[in-house]
Amino acid sequence: MTGGGSRDALWAVRGILGGRSYLVLAALGFASFVGGWWLLAASGLVDAVFLPAPDAVARRWYAWFSDGSLLVDVRVSLGRVLGGFSLAVLMAVPLGLYIGTFRPLQAFFEPLMEFARYLPAVAFVPLVMLWVGIGEAAKIALIWIGTFFQMVLMVSDNVRQVPMAQIEAAQTLGANRDEVISRVVFKSALPGIVDTLRITLGWAWTYLVVAELVAANSGLGYAILRAQRFLQTDKIFVGILLIGLLGLLFDQGFRLLHRRAFPWLHAR
Amino acid sequence: MSAPCIQVEGVAKHWPGQAQPALAALDLEIGEGEFVALVGASGCGKSTLLRLVAGLETPSAGRIRVDGEVVRGPGRDRAVVFQDYSLYPWLRVHENVSFCLALRAHFGPASLAEVEAAVARAHALLELMGLDAVRDHYPSQLSGGMRQRVAIARALLARPRVLLMDEPFGALDAQTREVMHELLLRLFQIEHHTILFVTHDVEEAIYLADRVVVLAPGPGRIDSIHVPVLPPPGERRPELKLAPEFLRYKQLVLERIRATSGVRHDLDKLDHLAELSRRARPD
Ligand SMILES: Nc1ncnc2c1ncn2[C@@H]1O[C@H](COP(=O)(O)OP(=O)(O)OP(=O)(O)O)[C@@H](O)[C@H]1O
Ligand SMILES: [Mg+2]
Repeated sequence: MTGGGSRDALWAVRGILGGRSYLVLAALGFASFVGGWWLLAASGLVDAVFLPAPDAVARRWYAWFSDGSLLVDVRVSLGRVLGGFSLAVLMAVPLGLYIGTFRPLQAFFEPLMEFARYLPAVAFVPLVMLWVGIGEAAKIALIWIGTFFQMVLMVSDNVRQVPMAQIEAAQTLGANRDEVISRVVFKSALPGIVDTLRITLGWAWTYLVVAELVAANSGLGYAILRAQRFLQTDKIFVGILLIGLLGLLFDQGFRLLHRRAFPWLHAR
Repeated sequence: MSAPCIQVEGVAKHWPGQAQPALAALDLEIGEGEFVALVGASGCGKSTLLRLVAGLETPSAGRIRVDGEVVRGPGRDRAVVFQDYSLYPWLRVHENVSFCLALRAHFGPASLAEVEAAVARAHALLELMGLDAVRDHYPSQLSGGMRQRVAIARALLARPRVLLMDEPFGALDAQTREVMHELLLRLFQIEHHTILFVTHDVEEAIYLADRVVVLAPGPGRIDSIHVPVLPPPGERRPELKLAPEFLRYKQLVLERIRATSGVRHDLDKLDHLAELSRRARPD
């Protein structure tokens, strides 16, 4: 046997796995999670108040859904996440593009952003409430604080990954500076930028829950907090699972967008 | 020699943080329509010189003129073919080739006839370079040789006065290289560019060029210029590479490179290593 083995072998390093096998294994992963949870709950080792069984959670899910408030909560939370996230994207992508392109801007902004991203976004909650009150603006502001600085740094990094040869080729073909930026740098960095957005959207969900736990009277985070007051552990579970599911959905959406928008990365 | 196209006048290049200049007071004239190959030991400044002519670097001293105008930056009159990674992976082959057509420098307020002529030229270039069958492919779907054809076609479509090539075939296998040589020779029968061609391959240099310039390292300077008395480039065929006079030039140029590259030291080190190996294996 050779050191690495054939790439078709199941445990080959960076081996190949068919699409169907992938799906089966992913489903197995979820099934074992639910199975383990169910076993633990059914064993009676843990009080149902602390760990409700999957079926109790499913019943609660249905009840929440059928009284109509679940969709309202989802819609409210979704609106906040997308609001704060879009605001961050609109500001971070152009800024990151220019920081990654021009050294003086990099020198001016990057250390500042590095500093800002270590400021704990959660600790801004009291400040944000003082500044913009407890309305929708507060949630959007907190999500923005939690994502914007990281996003700028990651986008500027994506931009710096563009091979110099691509830029120089355009310059020697007669492209002016604006054309180099719009036709080469941005186009070349775009797949990386979309990946950055996919990753930062996950963080936006985290800060949404923080914002809603502190100051809100609607949304999934708020529902979780209220459920805690009434000791409705099953509802807390539903809230957490829902957020996980929504996150997964958006992640897959971004991956699909990636495949559709950048066929050259997937064409072989 | 015909009217000078590229004039390198006393050009030096110091890289910050390096004791020795990469190039020192270098003079070189390249005639209109001439094909000059640049060879020399690794690190002797070939790429530096080519990038200076392209305007991608600025000289520390001296100046470079192209058609009498001092080079101050990259421009469409001097196209560059890089070794690799310069194609646009998000564009299909024909879009890569016609990249320059979307640039203002080429088509500010263009007439319809001009645009049509350019598009026709793009088609003709694709056909000539044997890229017709893959015109809708992405670069990632092409072999290395095909990619370099695209890079050359893209450069030619911009109608440059000067073509600068930095080891364009450096990553290709011997057979593909040979095909590319024939293609280049044929191409330059049709389009008369002035060409500066950097290569590691002495055979390639002699086969393609009118003149072969040997650079010596530390600091980079011209060691010798060779003008092989061979048939004109358009009449050269692969068999020529086996002809005695060709081999003589090859020998000559190789000797110059060897004499300037300081590889000799390494032979002592080899003896030293042999000695160490002997001691490590006591039998
Ligand atoms: N951007 C740079 N910054 C600093 N030093 C550089 C830079 N580019 C080249 N050099 C130095 O200049 C010298 C000449 O380099 P150059 O790339 O021109 O050599 P070359 O003849 O093209 O070598 P090779 O045959 O290996 O491509 C080398 O010592 C190299 O380390
Ligand atoms: Mg080089």
